[in-house]
Amino acid sequence: MTDTLVPQSVEAWEGFADGPWTTAIDVRDFIQRNYTPYTGDAAFLAGPTEKTLRVWDTLEKEYLSVERERRVYDVDTDTPADIDAFAPGFISADDDVVVGLQTDTPLKRAMMPNGGWRMVETAIKEAGKEVNEDVKRIFTQYRKTHNTAVFDIYTPRIRAARSAHVITGLPDAYGRGRIIGDYRRVALYGVDTLIEFKQRDKDAVADQPFSEHWARYREEHSDQIRALKQLKAMAASYGIDISGPATTAQEAVQWTYFGYLASVKSQDGAAMSIGRLSSFFDIYFERDLAAGRLTESGAQEIIDALVLKLRIVRFLRTIDYDQIFSGDPYWATWSDAGLGEDGRTLVTKTSFRLLQTLRNLGPAPEPNITIFWDPELPQGYKDFCAAISIETSAIQYESDRDIRRHWGDDAAIACCVSPMKVGKQMQFFGARMNAGKTLLYAINGGRDEMTGKQVVDGFAPIEGDGPLDFYEVWAKYEDMLDWVVGTYVEALNIIHYSHDKYAYESMEMALHDSEIIRTMGCGIAGLAIVADSLSAIKYATVTPVRDETGLVVDYITEGDFPKYGNDDDRADEIAATVVHTIMAKIKAIPMYRDAIPTQSVLTITSNVVYGRATGAFPSGHAAGTPFSPGANPENGADTHGMVASMLSVGKLDYQDALDGISLTNTITPQGLGRTKDEQVANLVGILDAGFVPDADC
Amino acid sequence: MTVEASTVVGTRADRLQRMRAGELGSVHSWELVTAVDGPGTRLTVFLSGCPLRCLYCHNPDTFEMRRGEPTDADELLGRMKRYRGIFRATGGGITLTGGEVLMQPAFAARLLRGAKEMGIHTALDTSGFLGAQCTDEMLADIDLVLLDVKSGDELTYRRVTGRSLQPTIDFGDRLAAAGVETWVRFVLVPGLTDNPVNVAAVADIVARWGNVTRVEVLPFHQMGADKWSSLGLDYELADVRPPSHDEVEAARVIFRSRGLTAY
Repeated sequence: MTDTLVPQSVEAWEGFADGPWTTAIDVRDFIQRNYTPYTGDAAFLAGPTEKTLRVWDTLEKEYLSVERERRVYDVDTDTPADIDAFAPGFISADDDVVVGLQTDTPLKRAMMPNGGWRMVETAIKEAGKEVNEDVKRIFTQYRKTHNTAVFDIYTPRIRAARSAHVITGLPDAYGRGRIIGDYRRVALYGVDTLIEFKQRDKDAVADQPFSEHWARYREEHSDQIRALKQLKAMAASYGIDISGPATTAQEAVQWTYFGYLASVKSQDGAAMSIGRLSSFFDIYFERDLAAGRLTESGAQEIIDALVLKLRIVRFLRTIDYDQIFSGDPYWATWSDAGLGEDGRTLVTKTSFRLLQTLRNLGPAPEPNITIFWDPELPQGYKDFCAAISIETSAIQYESDRDIRRHWGDDAAIACCVSPMKVGKQMQFFGARMNAGKTLLYAINGGRDEMTGKQVVDGFAPIEGDGPLDFYEVWAKYEDMLDWVVGTYVEALNIIHYSHDKYAYESMEMALHDSEIIRTMGCGIAGLAIVADSLSAIKYATVTPVRDETGLVVDYITEGDFPKYGNDDDRADEIAATVVHTIMAKIKAIPMYRDAIPTQSVLTITSNVVYGRATGAFPSGHAAGTPFSPGANPENGADTHGMVASMLSVGKLDYQDALDGISLTNTITPQGLGRTKDEQVANLVGILDAGFVPDADC
Repeated sequence: MTVEASTVVGTRADRLQRMRAGELGSVHSWELVTAVDGPGTRLTVFLSGCPLRCLYCHNPDTFEMRRGEPTDADELLGRMKRYRGIFRATGGGITLTGGEVLMQPAFAARLLRGAKEMGIHTALDTSGFLGAQCTDEMLADIDLVLLDVKSGDELTYRRVTGRSLQPTIDFGDRLAAAGVETWVRFVLVPGLTDNPVNVAAVADIVARWGNVTRVEVLPFHQMGADKWSSLGLDYELADVRPPSHDEVEAARVIFRSRGLTAY
């Protein structure tokens, strides 16, 4: 693109260095040419202003405390959600630093029935409200939903695998999420320019022989343009014109937030992450600070106000859903820090301001602050991260090096570990298959170990009462994995086909490039149990215990065997092989919309539910008990310390799990040292060591 | 000296000879720990065998050397080598503990020498009771000693450990003379070691050692209780409660009043 379609907004872009970003949508280029790395310490930061404390106090007293008692503060049962469906709402009269609520009242939840009506109805009733029959009629008679479409298409074997819990948590009745709009575009370019670009991209595909592909492309672009217009109208209802670019730091934050707000007004995806904002905002802060238009206290007040808004996003969920996800998360993940491709740190003063919100407003799980860690990050920032972690336990860390190598330096995490290039990539969220239960199906020839029901046909069980043979079990496991993986990916293809059709994320996709990368985020649960069980079969003596029908329901394991999570290559290699084998099987299957298949090992909250539906294992794992989370070693199996378990997890090949690997550890501050300085130094050391396992030699 | 085949199986005579040479040791377990047994993240190796029988011991499964796993020194040195990057990143190193490390002085000496050759920070966690077993060469390979002074008066020391206090004092004097950095540890057990007179006696002993950079007052806990019963051993402290925060603080104050840094 060489012409200057983007209107040169002299005032808005004054002082910014030119580059490709001025003639095409390219936020990364804008950041790289304009941001100021910060290598100092936290001394410059400001505490909360009176106003921040006042608004936070009102929110706590009048809304959050009430919600904690009732579970749900309120539901609007008459108005199906949309970008501009609700009148403006405020926390209080003071609430003007950053404005905008999902509905007209804080914490009031909106219906988003495009995903499926049944969930909405259940959630309304569980909140003690009555369903509006007119709304119900619309979404059950006149307007088909994602959920209905999926079940129209589902095959018998998908239904069987689903009800036997071999595949669980599929986004077939709720919004899939895991899409991050590049909300910064709203601020940098203004909505009118974004509409112009989308219109031009749309019309670049026309006058061709008919194909469903280009018809869908044009239809989706029309949806996106409509969403951008609604976004403008929604902002206008708050008295703010966002048709042009933001001119100040406050506006940059406000415009960006409007983009995010429009998304959470129209979609209730399982994860609604906000992206990578700090260095972007910092450019505006630096400009305003230099011009004397803003003080540090004012800058902090703006970030505090935004974070406060990100803490009160609410979706109408069922109690069941809350149980699977252990609460009411929406994963407003804010990715920060890391290094640029040119080696400069992406840490700015605003990275510090973001962490400072945890002091100014107190700790909270949202937004999920996610630090891209590299040992080369500035020491002052590393120390501040560690200090805030110790104070609040509210920061998560990812390996910047792995993410940067694969997804570049303007990637962000969707949900908890899934990285993607902001505005250029989205994920088809795939929940996960139960790799543990699959092993038991392999041994039992497709009979469910909990119910005795024949779920999968055509597989011979392991016969006889003798000890299990590793090579026989592995061969059968591979066979059963073929069936489970095939069924699983087929379900995902169907789900995302339907979601695109009936619950398309117009707003988030309007803030993406027109041609994007799509990944299929497959996932597994039960890795540690599989690794330990296979290790037990290989290195100890495992004898199956059968019930009267011949079903293997338990195991007698005699002798010692290496366990995953102790930096013991014998067990860790089994774990790595399992991950690699599953990934290879996934890759062999065609994906909807040519998505690139990826895999995650990351159950953070749903491990209890998976465990409940699964029988006993050769590892000694008892039937019905929780799995360990993500890639964690089995609970209690890691006897050589947390760092040893980090090294074991580090042996899983990131290439096989590009959607992320999680290891959940709990460390108390006291467990890190006698003094705060010692605690900070030790936590920094563990993070440095953990994210560069090959730092040896 | 090169170790021949890495196998630990062999005739009893071979094994004994290799143990005497320090090539083979009896090891309970190893763990990577942070901020517990010295600075940074450490490879802590628990050696089996101890001459004391402390009533509050939380590792009674290390009392007897024969319960340990015969382990090649080279195997542990290989593990240290593997973790050099971690030690560097965290400012850590290795800690030998037990049991009582000085029950196997040749083995310990070989591990410490090997660690120093790789530039790794070393710590020795000991009661000091067998301090005489620690040669001057071995001492030169130790960067930090974690010295457990289990009581300050002879009677209590004997009641707690079954042995006498003097060897520990002698070892502490030697460490002070050699200028080896030392952290002193003292376990506060209500009704057993918490008499202020006893605590003050410990503090008086420690105060004269200029090489002590910190004192850790460790509150007694019941986490080792199950091990005693599973070993079929009689555990005398089943009814003892952990000390309160205030009681621990009071003990620390006694140390601090003598100019010591106490946690």
